[in-house]
Amino acid sequence: MTTTKSKVVYSPVFTDGAEFRIPTFKLLKQDGSLYKSAKAPDLDKEKALRIYRAMVTTRILDERMLAAQRQGRLSFYMQCTGEEAAVIGSTAALDDGDMIMAQYREQGALAYRGFSIDEFMNQLFGNELDYGKGRQMPVHYGSKKLNYMTISSPLATQIPQATGYAYGQKMAGEGHCTITYFGEGAASEGDFHAALNMAAVHRVPVIFLCRNNGYAISTPAAEQFAADGVAPRAYGYKMDVIRVDGNDILAMYQATQEARKLAVEHNRPVLIEAMSYRLAAHSSSDDPSGYRSKDEEAVWREKDPILRMRLWLESRKWWSEDDEKQLQENMRREVLETMKRAQKRPPPALDTLVTDVYDEVPPHLAEQFEKVKAHIRKYPDEYPKSAEHAKGGA
Amino acid sequence: MSRMNMLQAINNALDTAMAENEKVLCFGEDVGVFGGVFRATSNLQQKYGKARCFNTPLVEQGIIGFANGLAAQGSVPVAEIQFADYIFPAFDQIVNESAKFRYRSGNLFDVGGLTIRAPYGGGIAGGLYHSQSPEAYFAHTPGLKIVVPRNPHQAKGLLLGAIHDPNPTLFFEPKRLYRASVGEVPDEDYRLPLGEAEVIKEGSDITLLGWGAQMEVIEKAVEMAEKEGISCEIIDLRTILPWDVETVANSVFKTGRLVVTHEAPLTGGFAGEIAATIQDRCFLYLESPIARVTGIDTPFPLVLEKEHLPNHLKVYEAIRASVDF
Repeated sequence: MTTTKSKVVYSPVFTDGAEFRIPTFKLLKQDGSLYKSAKAPDLDKEKALRIYRAMVTTRILDERMLAAQRQGRLSFYMQCTGEEAAVIGSTAALDDGDMIMAQYREQGALAYRGFSIDEFMNQLFGNELDYGKGRQMPVHYGSKKLNYMTISSPLATQIPQATGYAYGQKMAGEGHCTITYFGEGAASEGDFHAALNMAAVHRVPVIFLCRNNGYAISTPAAEQFAADGVAPRAYGYKMDVIRVDGNDILAMYQATQEARKLAVEHNRPVLIEAMSYRLAAHSSSDDPSGYRSKDEEAVWREKDPILRMRLWLESRKWWSEDDEKQLQENMRREVLETMKRAQKRPPPALDTLVTDVYDEVPPHLAEQFEKVKAHIRKYPDEYPKSAEHAKGGA
Repeated sequence: MSRMNMLQAINNALDTAMAENEKVLCFGEDVGVFGGVFRATSNLQQKYGKARCFNTPLVEQGIIGFANGLAAQGSVPVAEIQFADYIFPAFDQIVNESAKFRYRSGNLFDVGGLTIRAPYGGGIAGGLYHSQSPEAYFAHTPGLKIVVPRNPHQAKGLLLGAIHDPNPTLFFEPKRLYRASVGEVPDEDYRLPLGEAEVIKEGSDITLLGWGAQMEVIEKAVEMAEKEGISCEIIDLRTILPWDVETVANSVFKTGRLVVTHEAPLTGGFAGEIAATIQDRCFLYLESPIARVTGIDTPFPLVLEKEHLPNHLKVYEAIRASVDF
């Protein structure tokens, strides 16, 4: 039995799908004006400014924290630079109760939802207030109250999890959906294909948001896939798909708004391919000068999504030079002040080494922990972060 | 009480869990209307609907990724992997995701509701890819629990224990016993504790330790040994991770001898972990080296399955060698 209904031919006919060229949805030109036949989405001033502030916050946080990493204050960092509109435009189109399952470059989504600079810093420095208890490398944020799933380093694992999470949301019937973010490189993983296929088969309210930023570390998209980007794969799963200019905040917002309707009201999963560019290095451990040209970067610097939105806001008289100056100054000051605070805070208590492996510490682990503590008590100078905590116990 | 085989007991456990909590979902390859290739999920779709018991596409990494997401959301997924031999595409989702979900998030999120069922083990002429016992791979992963039942009563109680345990649990079912093992099973909900071994038979000369289908092998070997006047204590480990060191050590303090047996190959098998721990705990009480009776270090064979497997004769020989040491 087959569900494929196709017409019959009597000589071998191959097709290459070329007829399925997918257009790119754009609304906003780089000068902040709309394309001729484009119409701005329904976005009020308050929400537009919430989006813009989150974009600027993300940019400044990224600049300052990369600098902090270069000064040796931080072990590692990853910037979202150039992709702020793709992330924040899509998150802003959701309900704040919808779940976000991100890859690792989506700090903008958290900034939009209201994660405070203190909360960012506590994670980055792995101090006693870090929700993740200092267990993960910097940028692996998570927030229960903001419906932002804690980041996991292995690529694409969050994608089938998003399908499962959204299936649970559908069963709960509360009208929520899940969005999952990933790069065009991660879309090569088997988990991506598993997730899209299962979502389509089971009609799950999930939005797959691929940030096609041109590079997976050093590997350019042209060496990642032969096809016209990631979007055409949706056809193979019978899934709605749209390709969007990822540097166009209005297009990202409207496309995701419509995608959410399909997902929540019609149980139709959607793939969005946001075309953008990773302006910064992959991470603080990477140096793009070894694999791409400054000229190429300069072309994309001209397409800055934040400047594009700012010009649009100014054209609406919703934003001024003074507003900009004030926001920039305030954010820079807040970032510096909170960084100092976070850095001074003590590390998580020693027992966080063994808690949360299971719901309770099992006997064999408790026994191992006692041995660790006894060892630290013997060599306290070698373990300055935990010598104080090791004093208790047998 | 009803007389059931192990499949019926497992089916009954799933039915019990689904009736009690609408958040319990059962899914996997062929799990839906067909009820699974072994029929462990028979009639569940008919009873609870397609939304709660359903077929998935044929993609193990997807099944467990999906299950992790569901569990994180607050559902109680019971995912079936059709054969334990096919669990490896999902290794990343289990080892890097299920096992670390709670720890990496500082307990903001967890997948404690997750149970993964998979038939394991030889004895059905299944060859390389329908016979393996992969418990040791997963036993190396803090954050997981691993449970193996030996008979229908244990299967229902331990599966309900696993479903209700607030940690992700792998439940390996000895498929050779699916229909071969029959016994009385309570009709109501009951949960056997995870992390606790069970002393099945007391004895004074030697301790025999195993789990799952190997318990039957141990019983046959013990029957032979006892005819020769060797008093054997038999322990079913039941939970591989975290395992019950105290019960095993207390037994070895008494008997001074230990034979551990499993179907999986010797090198890197879980018997090695048990032997290392018990020699550490019981060093001065041991009368003979701890013996491991296991499959040999080959892929699982087909025609020569009997030669490969640690049967009752090999276990008996190990008992003799230990007592005569």
